[in-house]
Amino acid sequence: MSVVVLGVGLHPWGKWGKPFQEYGVAAARAALADAGLHWTDIQYVVGADTIRNGYPGFVAGATFAQALGWNGASIASCYAACASGAQALDIARARILAGLCDVALVVGADTTPKGFFKPVGGDRPDDRDWLRFRLLGATNPAYFALYARRRMARYGDTPADFAAVKVKNARAGARNPNARYRAEVTTEQVLTSPMVADPLRLMDICATSDGGAAVVLCSPAYARRHGGRQVTIAAVSTVTPTFPQADLDLPMIASETVPQPEHGFKTALIRAAYEEAGIGPEELSLAEVYDLSTALELDWCEDAGLCPRGEAAQLLRSGETALGGKRPVNPSGGLASFGEAIPAQALAQLCELTWQLRGTAGARQVDSARIGLAATQGLFGHGSAIIART
Amino acid sequence: MLAIDGWFLIEDGLTYLLGSRCGDCGTIAFPPRPSCGHPRCAGTIPAPVRLSRTGTLWSYTNACYPPPPPFAAAEPYRPVTLAAVELDGLVVLGQVRDLTVADLRVGMTLELTSGPLADGPLIWMWGAPR
Repeated sequence: MSVVVLGVGLHPWGKWGKPFQEYGVAAARAALADAGLHWTDIQYVVGADTIRNGYPGFVAGATFAQALGWNGASIASCYAACASGAQALDIARARILAGLCDVALVVGADTTPKGFFKPVGGDRPDDRDWLRFRLLGATNPAYFALYARRRMARYGDTPADFAAVKVKNARAGARNPNARYRAEVTTEQVLTSPMVADPLRLMDICATSDGGAAVVLCSPAYARRHGGRQVTIAAVSTVTPTFPQADLDLPMIASETVPQPEHGFKTALIRAAYEEAGIGPEELSLAEVYDLSTALELDWCEDAGLCPRGEAAQLLRSGETALGGKRPVNPSGGLASFGEAIPAQALAQLCELTWQLRGTAGARQVDSARIGLAATQGLFGHGSAIIART
Repeated sequence: MLAIDGWFLIEDGLTYLLGSRCGDCGTIAFPPRPSCGHPRCAGTIPAPVRLSRTGTLWSYTNACYPPPPPFAAAEPYRPVTLAAVELDGLVVLGQVRDLTVADLRVGMTLELTSGPLADGPLIWMWGAPR
């Protein structure tokens, strides 16, 4: 049995400066309207937490439920870094599959500060996230840059290859009314934007954004009573890395072994999803991957098995991963066009898969989309891979 | 004063990273772990071990803008160079002393040294081999 995505909704990404719950409520109302349900129909609510917005952010499920008006539903909240939305989804899915409820609402929303993400306040010398800033000044883009430099050394990728990812994703984002950045860009613009963490420039690195996303999930029986073209969840993978973790992973100061991407965490996350769904990469119509940097999208293409190791730049140049190509990657515009609203991002990816699989993605529609993959990776061994299908 | 206790030491002018080595399965970790990280190892208390003082540059970058607190950025700010260096089967990050990204290439040998954070305490750093 697979759970059904009955409704999806987004609050547009941006830097709006409003409380996060406002974005979550807007997204929830949009998802409920899309599902043809009323808020009082919802039996279970899961909130994906935000850690930069105080107590209401740590109890996001309750915060959204109160904002929508207490309706007596059961609630849960969870935090899993960039995979928070996917884990919230998985909790709701498990509840439905267990027969404990028929219909659930999953919501994630964030309000982000300007500039680099930094550790939450206070002196915490036992916290690796605090220590990497204190001892090394190692921001998130520093890690993305280390990975990008590896691609250059190992595969011969160039900054122009990385820029081409941004050009591709900006072109898709320009067609997405929910994206924060909606202007097309040129390779030259990317290559002349300020250097942030060599070899990555400002336009290679995703911004931090405000945004909200929501999904209504239900059992197949419930979905039959409510009609509509059905998108189902074929897999949700939230596995941890396995020892020794073959990545130099945020926010760690050392790896557990010499990194090997073929045995890396992102590869394992996606492999687990393929296994659960019983499909392989060749069956994908599209993929939404976590392009925290342009270079990282190339890593993801290889981790997802869309091409052999080291050939993602070639795959990009072939046009296969662009809109209109054989297997578009980040047809939403990706993080390059959205920026990152952490607890909302995995849910926003699922919204995009749903619109694509329904055939309602408008100017960025992927032809005959049948199966989509959405993947994230975050701090402290968190990540996700979701497969949705018609 | 060291910026963190138990992760490195300076002896006779030489800097050493301090890892841990599991007495049961031999797993080496940096920073030192209170118990073994191998999921199949019950792990007696790992013993401290000095790691190799030289390694191979795995990757590198810099911070063109001042990192946020709790990092203490120098004023005026000069970009911090970061290196990820392969040694003893691990890759260990560190600031780079007296070299910029223009001086670095993946695969070169770097040697451990130390230097001050902008607010004073000493931290291990990677530098050119002496």
